[in-house]
Amino acid sequence: MLTSTISSTISRTAPPPVAHGHVRRRRLGPGRPIPYGRAVGPLLLVTIWAVASATGVLDPRMLSAPWTIVGTTGDLIASGDLQTHILASLQRAALGFLIGGTVGTVLAIVAGISRIGEALIDGPIQIKRAIPTIGLIPLLILWLGIGETFKVVIIALAAAIYMYVQVFAGLTGIDHRYVELAEVQNYTRWEFLRHVVFPGALPGFFVGLRLSVTFSWLILITVEQINALSGVGYMMSQAQLYAQTDVIVVGLLVYGVFGFASDTLLRLLERRVLSWRRTLTS
Amino acid sequence: MAPHADQLTSAVEIRGLSRRFGEHVVLDALDLSITDGEFVALLGRSGSGKSTMLRALAGLDYDVTGDGELRIPDRVSVVFQDSRLLPWRRVLDNVILGNRAADGRTRGIEALAEVGLSGRERAWPNQLSGGEQQRVALARSLVGEPQLLLADEPFGALDALTRLKMHELLRDLCRRHRPAVLLVTHDVDEAIKLADRIVVLDAGRIALDVRPTQPDIRDVLLRALGVTA
Repeated sequence: MLTSTISSTISRTAPPPVAHGHVRRRRLGPGRPIPYGRAVGPLLLVTIWAVASATGVLDPRMLSAPWTIVGTTGDLIASGDLQTHILASLQRAALGFLIGGTVGTVLAIVAGISRIGEALIDGPIQIKRAIPTIGLIPLLILWLGIGETFKVVIIALAAAIYMYVQVFAGLTGIDHRYVELAEVQNYTRWEFLRHVVFPGALPGFFVGLRLSVTFSWLILITVEQINALSGVGYMMSQAQLYAQTDVIVVGLLVYGVFGFASDTLLRLLERRVLSWRRTLTS
Repeated sequence: MAPHADQLTSAVEIRGLSRRFGEHVVLDALDLSITDGEFVALLGRSGSGKSTMLRALAGLDYDVTGDGELRIPDRVSVVFQDSRLLPWRRVLDNVILGNRAADGRTRGIEALAEVGLSGRERAWPNQLSGGEQQRVALARSLVGEPQLLLADEPFGALDALTRLKMHELLRDLCRRHRPAVLLVTHDVDEAIKLADRIVVLDAGRIALDVRPTQPDIRDVLLRALGVTA
């Protein structure tokens, strides 16, 4: 009885329509997510593409029909060409990324934990950072020729820089409060590095990993289209000569799949290693 | 100075401690001693130098100019205003941080039990509430059996109810472990409730050195802090 009196008093001043025990409010958020909503946009694009190809609106010399691309992919796999090219590309990207990532991490650690290291290393790297890696291609071709070494080195250079920048920022950006804590807990320098600095820099390390992988692919595409006798980029530039848009699209799909797969893999790894962070977002 | 400081051994001896930030004198030739097991609350307005003094005792003021004599025990622990737990180490690993004793883990588990957090050893710090995190920080500071516990407004960031519970806990822990305590606070009631002795700092000097059992202690302290009720 009492509650109903109160609610009727309120409703006289500002009428809240109450239904099923819920106060109705205009919902201003974007609402519930659509199931598989992320797939809607791409599917629509493919549909438009297919319709345009089927009706002849889209000239196959500009862009092949989706089913042509599926067929071409099948042919390229059956002949073994696609696998060969993918393997060549993967080898370059992986080798460049591994070497570059390792060098970048080691340099960042040396520069990040000692002032002498910082004085020696950080300057040159910052200068290199200002020069786009692709701009170094002419010089590197003169030095190393146009063989595999050149391709791996240029990918490694790009990967090293991205890795360095992120790891160095992670190492030097340790919260000062944790430094104080380590001091009052009488940590040795090694304990401080091991328990405070390195774990604290891990998020930066993973950002560096993901950026390095992305840029390894990017540089790979560039160098394979400049000068190569194998690889997905080579396959695409050959297709360009013969105006095979279907093969070019297959190459783009391969790059896309590998770029997406490597990033997803790293993200899963990051979630596992940095599991202490999950509690922040959940 | 405390009247009985000469009879008992003192944990902390401060003589003529001065600290300056540029031209600004923060601590002005300060003398203070704390006897073994004595709980001293350090009150003062913002900028009175209380945090500077605690940091001087903790050895965290290497970039600050100043002089004076300091004598502190070997085993000193610090509790900060924030719990300062490493988010990437589990609760127990945070408690035994820097503890090199062979039975460190066992002691860590005992310390967690003492602050009422048994069973949370494997939790990540971010999974705990603010009050629980500060309890872990207390466990960490006590696990090394300190002779001196320095606490810089350790409950300042907690809500009023949690703070009351933490007062009880800190009092119990100090009764059991008997470290000398220097608690920096701006909370007059906290000082009265917890301390054996209350020191009020004003402009880098000791303005008042009293016992909380003194009559009208609250008014006396508030007056010394420049608050007229």
